[in-house]
Amino acid sequence: MTAFKRFLRNPKAIIGMVILLAATIAAVLAPVIFPQGPWPMANRPFLPPMEQPGFPLGTDMMGRDIMVAIAYGAQVSLLVGLSSTLVALLVGILLGALAGFYGGIVDDVLMRVTEFFQTIPTFVFALLLVAILSPSIQSIILAIGIVSWPPVARLVRSEFAALRNREFVKAAMVLGRSNRQIILSEILPNTMSPVIALASLMVATAILTEAAISFLGLGDPNRMSWGYMIGASRTVIRQAWWMSFFPGVVILLVVLALNLVGEALNDVLNPRLARKGRQ
Amino acid sequence: MNPTLRAILSRAAKAVGVILAIVLLNFMLIRLAPGDAAAVMAGQAGAADEMFMEQLRAQFGLDRPLYVQFFTYLGGILQGDLGFSYRQGTEVSVLIAERLPATLLLTVSAFGFALFFGIILGAIAAMNVGRALDFVISVLSLLFYATPLFWFGLMSILLFSVWLGWLPATGMMTIGAGYTGWDHVVDVARHLVLPAVTLGLFYMAVYTRMTRASMLEVRDMDFVRTARAKGLARGVIVRRHILRNAILPIITLAGIQAGQLVGGAVLTETVFGWPGIGRLAFDALVQRDYQVLLGVFLVTSVMVVVFNIITDLVYRMVDPRIGALE
Repeated sequence: MTAFKRFLRNPKAIIGMVILLAATIAAVLAPVIFPQGPWPMANRPFLPPMEQPGFPLGTDMMGRDIMVAIAYGAQVSLLVGLSSTLVALLVGILLGALAGFYGGIVDDVLMRVTEFFQTIPTFVFALLLVAILSPSIQSIILAIGIVSWPPVARLVRSEFAALRNREFVKAAMVLGRSNRQIILSEILPNTMSPVIALASLMVATAILTEAAISFLGLGDPNRMSWGYMIGASRTVIRQAWWMSFFPGVVILLVVLALNLVGEALNDVLNPRLARKGRQ
Repeated sequence: MNPTLRAILSRAAKAVGVILAIVLLNFMLIRLAPGDAAAVMAGQAGAADEMFMEQLRAQFGLDRPLYVQFFTYLGGILQGDLGFSYRQGTEVSVLIAERLPATLLLTVSAFGFALFFGIILGAIAAMNVGRALDFVISVLSLLFYATPLFWFGLMSILLFSVWLGWLPATGMMTIGAGYTGWDHVVDVARHLVLPAVTLGLFYMAVYTRMTRASMLEVRDMDFVRTARAKGLARGVIVRRHILRNAILPIITLAGIQAGQLVGGAVLTETVFGWPGIGRLAFDALVQRDYQVLLGVFLVTSVMVVVFNIITDLVYRMVDPRIGALE
């Protein structure tokens, strides 16, 4: 519990958690507070912010309420951020654990594959995947997951390689436990603290990537997202700055919050590594 | 053999492997797309009729075994044939070759900007650690690290070209101005400022943080204390002893991140109407012109591989120990 308390005392963690809490509340309560959804026309188009009561952020070129759209956009960003990170963690932990535990040829092959995925231009690859699989929230999650696992694999591999010769692992081997049991219940739990800190930074990157994909018009056509809002209104930016300004500020805040939380987690969970900065 | 030459050869062999793997990946992606490969090659947006598709199927031997198809595809690429864009009515390789110089200019400028200012800001922060200047730089880099680059691009257009009127908003040169010589260079440079800063900003933040952390680590090492004890001037210690050692991990990182920089070019070029291959990729995306997308993916991957080899060589120049070890 002491680590948890230290986390809660960290000012970075407090700022980050407050913003994330607000985004989560917006995402969860959006259908309750705004049951009409983000799509219908709510007022005249091109209504500037703070001009009419009830429309603090104004409306877009179709007269849709920007505040409502931002609340619904939080759903997509958080869903894609969390799910794609989950996909990346599953792939990365599996490959990293196998490479680090078995070493030798398994390690060589898996690390070649990891290196390959780190070399290719990941954003272009993600775009290609979404375009070919046809844009939907599932294909976006899959594409972001597929391009983001390599750092996890490298991290888990190095932790496994360091831990596999420690006494408690040797002891488990002598006790006749299977490799699977040793990997899952002896070594893996000990590698989790750097992975958790990395994961929160990955959610941040995933949210940025989702926003960029939607900005380019490849978002899920049935879901309102922050990137889509900016992309759709960029042609009218000279007349209506607010349509692209507010969604961008929200992306910035949420990504900043996740970075702050990730750093605070790093400070608390890995004090030894905290000074080294991050890759 | 000369160790540098041997290193270049081994990197080149690795690069060939990576490029072969990307060709294989492209080949598999074509098969992943909805509809058969002929439909993908014709462009999904219905640019071709049924008879034409039959012709394509026969031409690419889609009735033959997969490995034959793969070698046909690979053979084409080795001859510089990246396919044909039926939407644009041109060879994909021609389309890309036309636009490659603009993208190279943008990415190399952005990279130079990011590295130069990242290292300077990081060094300033590290030398003033714990003071106000350090705090300001750290907060700024945290903000830039979290800013979506396409949004920053739009906002900078709004601020610097719409409101202040200092810089042009889109394109690579003033159309119809017909500048030549030095005027042309200045014109392109003025158009380059906003896109290059937009694309480089995120990486500048990354390098700032890395440099700061790396310098703080090197600062406490014994050889720095020795240099200080010798009575060397502070500036000399910072530049020749601390910075030169602290910079190594940043060069490694920069090489790895080159791929992401090329990806960011798609967004930057879309925002600023920059006539490079990123813009080409966006147009292809809108039209689902998969042949062009696959070509862009292949070419950008090759760019990354070449970039990695260059950073590797730079690394050797900065750190002579590497060559000596081999």
